[in-house]
Amino acid sequence: MDKGKEVLLSLRGVEVAFGGRGHRFLAVDDVSFDIYRGETFGLVGESGSGKTTLGRAIVRINQTSRGDIIFEGEKINGKIPRELNSKLIQRIQMIFQDPMASLNERAKVDYIVSEGLMNVKKGLSEAERRRLVAEAMREVGLPAEFADRFPHEFSGGQRQRIGIARSLIMKPSLVIADEPVSALDVSIRAQVLNLLAGLQKKNRLTYLFIAHDLSVVRFISDRVAVIRKGKIVELAGTEQLFAHPLHPYTKALLSAVPVPNPVLAKKRQPKLYDPACHDYSADKPVWAEIERGHFVYGNERELAGYRRELAGR
Amino acid sequence: MAELEKVCTKSFLPEERRISAQGGKVFAKNTESSAGREKILSVQDLVIKFKLRGQVLTAVRGVSIDVYRGESLAIVGESGSGKSVFAKSFMGLLDNNGWVDSGSILFDGCDLTKISREKEWTQIRGKRIAMVFQDPMTSLNPLRTIGGQIREALLLHGSLSRAEAKEQTYRILADVGIDDPKRRYRQYPHEFSGGMRQRVVIAIAIAGRPEFLICDEPTTALDVTIQAQILQLLKGLQKKYRLTVIYITHDLGVVAKVADRVAVMYAGDIVEVGSCEEIFFDPRHPYTWALLSSMPQLRAKGEELCTIKGTPPNLYQTIRGDAFAPRNPQALVADFKARPPYFYVTPTHAARTWLLDPRAPKVEPPGHIKRLGEEGGWRNG
Repeated sequence: MDKGKEVLLSLRGVEVAFGGRGHRFLAVDDVSFDIYRGETFGLVGESGSGKTTLGRAIVRINQTSRGDIIFEGEKINGKIPRELNSKLIQRIQMIFQDPMASLNERAKVDYIVSEGLMNVKKGLSEAERRRLVAEAMREVGLPAEFADRFPHEFSGGQRQRIGIARSLIMKPSLVIADEPVSALDVSIRAQVLNLLAGLQKKNRLTYLFIAHDLSVVRFISDRVAVIRKGKIVELAGTEQLFAHPLHPYTKALLSAVPVPNPVLAKKRQPKLYDPACHDYSADKPVWAEIERGHFVYGNERELAGYRRELAGR
Repeated sequence: MAELEKVCTKSFLPEERRISAQGGKVFAKNTESSAGREKILSVQDLVIKFKLRGQVLTAVRGVSIDVYRGESLAIVGESGSGKSVFAKSFMGLLDNNGWVDSGSILFDGCDLTKISREKEWTQIRGKRIAMVFQDPMTSLNPLRTIGGQIREALLLHGSLSRAEAKEQTYRILADVGIDDPKRRYRQYPHEFSGGMRQRVVIAIAIAGRPEFLICDEPTTALDVTIQAQILQLLKGLQKKYRLTVIYITHDLGVVAKVADRVAVMYAGDIVEVGSCEEIFFDPRHPYTWALLSSMPQLRAKGEELCTIKGTPPNLYQTIRGDAFAPRNPQALVADFKARPPYFYVTPTHAARTWLLDPRAPKVEPPGHIKRLGEEGGWRNG
């Protein structure tokens, strides 16, 4: 898209299939996009849309069945050498949704935070390990003494900070945050969002931010992709997407976003999306760049309509 | 008094009334707002306590509020603010280690806190007051058909025959927007999507033809598009059956969409109550400011979101003064000493903060809160 921007992660025709013969189900279906270094890429979709599976495919938890995932110039899906795998564990980290479920209840925070590090850096001295844990804890705004406690002693927001510290200690370049604030209260959510934004600036992190809450995605993302039933239907710069959504599904999704204004909220009628509005029987849909940096999924006739819509705005 | 005029839009309550407000009884006396409207529920000085690990926790600290017939009231607060416990006490659904310590809940002239036997509760629960729970997966029985579960509620509350109840179930299923009721009747919860399950939960709640519906986080577990549909459905049902609805939620977007009136809860107390527009466009309590400020909708990318410093108070201990004071950067000395009474901004809008006292220095709400009010075309005074 833009010159001077370095592509960190590139997906080309990625497909993730579940189930065997007869029950084959495509959770991710022909997905292609690039993530640039230093940006926050928002991925929104409803439950079952495949957004989490896509994130998990990038960290190699789910196998891809087709397509390429290229990270820092190297293909990382399918069979890869061991050294690359170990490098990837460091370079790509994940933050999970539920801070109650994603931390080992029987381990101290100290262990939880440094477990990954101990696995990849074998000859790490105890003093060095302690220093790195303390540093990571400080970075996420937790006192270093908390390292000797167990997860149950923390509140939801603090646990999510522990989850973030556990990723940061690996010094990753790409962080996949899967619904990192969905389980948190509004005011705690704001704290964690601020923390993520601050860490990104400080450590030059790149985020793939997966969420269903569009107001959060709008706040944190530079670009947003909308995924439905394993297919990305639209991708654009955040403001571009929110100001001029083209795909009917994006429009329906945006119309359902709650607005904090009782007068507007009560007037607004949510639009409904009917998948039957697409006639793909003869005219097959493609993934097309309709204007600079704005991609949309549709067939020739629909794309022509979208172009008219953009011209007439 | 000139300073006072700036703060409030309508005349202030006389001195002695303000003092009596300490006990929270002003809601009952404040007849102006209730003119022509029938009170369906009136809570007075409600205190709810729990015994946990040998210690006593005060979950609700002297809350008073009136609910009028046909309105929708949203109770907003963060987790642990006591909003769910408060609403559950209307149905006698407190956990075994919890009890109503003092105060009264008058529902249609009957004091619900005086009910001790389960049998009496069954006359209220489901029949007159019903509840929609948050998670539709855990509130339905996975081993019974959808139809069977709705019919059970009908048979329990009415004097219908089994065949009549079945017919009635079809009607209710259609009412909550489930197509092809005859087929759906025989299906099990796992065959339904999250949104559809929540419709079933709503169907069970309205089966007993209650007048009062409590929705505890009805859409938290749902996707945005489904959320919009469920809220639309609840609004439609409210109109059709002339229900009084209490929404318990932490989502201010939901509040803006459905509520006529909003009560903001913090640390077991209602700190501010007013019409939906008053709360969003002219909030007065610092906690309400903080809560509204933490919404990402109000900020553009790159800006810092407002956060609330510190943690909520320990409810095992007695709270002196305004519970929010330790986290409030603009707290007054008085906030730490005495619990503020409700000060009235308008007859419908009250807030428990010393900032509204005529002697208090004038503190402006944060800029983006004022902007929200201007966007809404809200004129102050």
